[in-house]
Amino acid sequence: MNNHHELRVRPIVNGTVIDHILAGQAINVLRILGITGVSDAVVSMVMNVPSITLGHKDIVKIENRELEEKEVDKISLISPSASINIIRDFDVVDKYHVEMPSIVEGMVKCTNPNCISNTNEPVTSKFVVRTDPIRLRCLYCEHVISEKIAEYLL
Amino acid sequence: MKFHRHHIISMKDFTRDEIDYILDRAGKLESLAKSGRSDILSGKILALLFYEPSTRTRMSFETAMLRLGGNVLNLGSKDTSSVIKGETLADTIRVISTYSDAIVLRHTSEGAAQMAMEFSSVPVINGGDGAGHHPTQTLLDLYTIKRESRLEHPDIAIVGDLKYGRTVHSLTYALSLYGANITFVSPQQLKMPDQIIDDLKTRGAHVNETENFDKVLNNIDVLYMTRIQKERFPDPTEYKKVANAYKITNKQLVNVRPNMIIMHPLPRINEIDSSVDNTDHARYFQQSFYGVPIRMALLTIVMGADI
Repeated sequence: MNNHHELRVRPIVNGTVIDHILAGQAINVLRILGITGVSDAVVSMVMNVPSITLGHKDIVKIENRELEEKEVDKISLISPSASINIIRDFDVVDKYHVEMPSIVEGMVKCTNPNCISNTNEPVTSKFVVRTDPIRLRCLYCEHVISEKIAEYLL
Repeated sequence: MKFHRHHIISMKDFTRDEIDYILDRAGKLESLAKSGRSDILSGKILALLFYEPSTRTRMSFETAMLRLGGNVLNLGSKDTSSVIKGETLADTIRVISTYSDAIVLRHTSEGAAQMAMEFSSVPVINGGDGAGHHPTQTLLDLYTIKRESRLEHPDIAIVGDLKYGRTVHSLTYALSLYGANITFVSPQQLKMPDQIIDDLKTRGAHVNETENFDKVLNNIDVLYMTRIQKERFPDPTEYKKVANAYKITNKQLVNVRPNMIIMHPLPRINEIDSSVDNTDHARYFQQSFYGVPIRMALLTIVMGADI
């Protein structure tokens, strides 16, 4: 029997369901995954649905795609609560919570315009990740990013 | 203890024991720093890459290397090197590290020394990276406090531009390792960033903040003055007001502790009046000299030389 919630988020045959996304972050998750209005990906998104653990949450379903490790790491930075469900032939074959890496490389742009990682030097940005609350400290210039992380994702 | 550090990038890399080791070694080299020449680093070459103007840091490294019997390679002006052709710092470092046994780098970008370390086959010493770190300045400041006052639990006031001054951030971190009682004295718009204050308190440092310079002057062992830069103030009259409020003359020294010392990383503009120069409290020129034994100590350490 279908209820209203199930209608909102229909099951998919193959692909990935990203659940428990912090309310309001689903659009940033799509950005991380490179899903724009012009791509042909089949994507469902619900925002601000009630959640027992989070109060409200967003959910993103992408058909026929499984995420790369780097994409999951990026999602963890903007929504540490997110969980990833891999769906194959309607079954959840793998389910896990995202885990924030201790160091992120080439994922975030340093907010300090005078940082060496923002020049033409052949270096990749590197940040040390601290949790509770999330703080990214640039390994080069030590500037800290603690809010609006999604805006600085590469 | 044996000290194995290959690069000198940030004070945060150092333990208290390592700092003590460097200060002790500087003490052993101090008489040589004043005059003479040894062969401790004979046959070794130090490359100086300064992308920003410097007098004291560059010349004291040169002096240190010459006193130790080594030689110095100078990048010279950016206009006469490959820098003007657009060569990256990474490439310059790769090349220069094949010509030399160690590199001193001063650069305009924060994190430049950290990056240079990744590309260098020889030790890199950070001679200042933008508004970032300047560890050799901090070490010579600590050495000055040790030699001229007391490094264990000193009462110290740090005055001036605490927001942008690159030396004071590293210095306060290092002082916290010695149980210093630190008072930050600055105008509101140049106060020490909250993040650093929180960091220091977490480390158990005793920290106070005030805008009132005269209030702290008579209760300290060390007065550390810094330059307030005009360009930080959009309004020139506001700058004048602040600059005058954070200036010291010999008249203010009447009731200070008899052994209180005054330090300054130099260059000074007018924050220390010349009337202070000949008092028993002035140590800023001595402090500048101590850059030589400290840099001698660091050069011998990174190049693995015994003394």
